[in-house]
Amino acid sequence: MGYELDFSVVWEHLPELLWGCLGTLGLALSGMTLAMIIGVLGVFARGSNMAWLRRLVIAFIEVIRNTPFLVQIFFLYFALPSMGLKLNPTVTAIIALGLNGGAYAIEIIRGGVQSIHKGQVEAGLALGLHKTQVFRLIVLKPAIRAIYPSLTGQFIMLTLTSSICTSVAAYELTSVAQRIESDTFRSFEVYFTVTLMYLAISWMLMTAFAAISRQYFSYPTR
Amino acid sequence: MTPPSSHPAHTEQPLILMEAVEKWYGSFQALKSVNLSVSKGEKIVLCGPSGSGKSTLIRCINHLEVYQKGRIVVDGISVADNPKAIDIVRQEVGMVFQGFNLFPHMTVLQNCMLAPIRVRGTGKAEAEATARQYLDRVHIGNQADKFPAQLSGGQQQRVAIARALCMQPKVMLFDEPTSALDPEMVKEVLDTMIGLAQDGMTMICVTHEMGFARQVADRVIFMAEGEILEEAAPDTFFRSPSHPRAKQFLGEILAHH
Ligand SMILES: Nc1ncnc2c1ncn2[C@@H]1O[C@H](COP(=O)(O)OP(=O)(O)OP(=O)(O)O)[C@@H](O)[C@H]1O
Ligand SMILES: [Mg+2]
Repeated sequence: MGYELDFSVVWEHLPELLWGCLGTLGLALSGMTLAMIIGVLGVFARGSNMAWLRRLVIAFIEVIRNTPFLVQIFFLYFALPSMGLKLNPTVTAIIALGLNGGAYAIEIIRGGVQSIHKGQVEAGLALGLHKTQVFRLIVLKPAIRAIYPSLTGQFIMLTLTSSICTSVAAYELTSVAQRIESDTFRSFEVYFTVTLMYLAISWMLMTAFAAISRQYFSYPTR
Repeated sequence: MTPPSSHPAHTEQPLILMEAVEKWYGSFQALKSVNLSVSKGEKIVLCGPSGSGKSTLIRCINHLEVYQKGRIVVDGISVADNPKAIDIVRQEVGMVFQGFNLFPHMTVLQNCMLAPIRVRGTGKAEAEATARQYLDRVHIGNQADKFPAQLSGGQQQRVAIARALCMQPKVMLFDEPTSALDPEMVKEVLDTMIGLAQDGMTMICVTHEMGFARQVADRVIFMAEGEILEEAAPDTFFRSPSHPRAKQFLGEILAHH
């Protein structure tokens, strides 16, 4: 007696699964936004004159990149409340994804910034712009364009990593799937569907990234 | 302290005054007690062999390079007295680079409007009007909405000149503005610079274009190994350079032309 496939379970729970997709998308987009902010500020701080700030950024990157995401999110969820900072699961998940993605984003964006010819900076300074203005107005856009594929690849990773946020019971696709699976014992059908849903989410994001690139980074270069 | 140069005394204060400026890169001395005085409206051509410190000298004027000794005063402002003054000095000093350094993600017009808006606080409409005026003046007004990569080298360099002029600087510094250009584009850029000179702009040009120097320069300054070795009117300098290094240098330059 083999396992009989029965996708009616999936059909019944489709609304919940779709809400789960939205949850995942919400976590991912908020995480990306936070990661982008951390990435850009981090690159600027990494090049600061203040040694302590540079060291802080380097230490942050080292810690994040050399520890498991699961431990990071547990730390935020279980350890911080003992220091008096209680966060709800979704907020914890967004912060964890943002910090994790941010550490990688700093390194990626920094590579982009380093690829910008120093003549660009000099031209900006010679025109009287301040260092921060030069970074924001002259360096940043070409720098991000230069590393756009790696950065968006990292953001897809972040989206998939959000499934780990199920461990603190954040509302997203994997946690919804786990609940349905434990109610129905239809593991194959549920996770097969969820796999396709993650694929669809990734494709949607890649399409959006490509559209953003056409909109903002389509200026010609020689 | 020795007087900075031997040209006729001006009652006005010089626009640029360098006194005993010394600059090291680590243990390598790139400028050795450089004295230079440039009056309003004067055109200086700076030449000398590769590595002699020409770029370093002009980059010290707008503080793209820091120097360790001496004093530079631009339009009465000395940065040594007040580090904030770097901003003011840079607003008064325009610079054109060998590699154009236009901002690739901005149109020609945006390149020209950026600094007036962000640095001088000029309104958008006024900045655009000024930008269009200077773009017309360098004969590139019809390319205002193109991106730098869509222009030839000569056109890019003319935009770079217009961009600097939009800040309405008191002095323009040129660091080998034509040496990255294909030969057929050199003339259009030199013509632009000649026009600027005729309009009375104060200019310091690092260039090996001797025709330009003869036509435009009030003084030619020859540098080698971080020192100013000779200063003379172009005719004198080209006809009978007095320093042996200058003779040798001119010989090499002429051999190449
Ligand atoms: N950032 C730097 N670090 C160390 N040495 C430098 C640096 N920039 C320039 N130098 C050295 O200082 C000297 C003067 O350089 P500079 O660029 O001013 O020469 P230049 O006269 O403009 O030469 P060129 O005609 O090749 O442009 C050279 O010997 C150069 O190697
Ligand atoms: Mg040079």
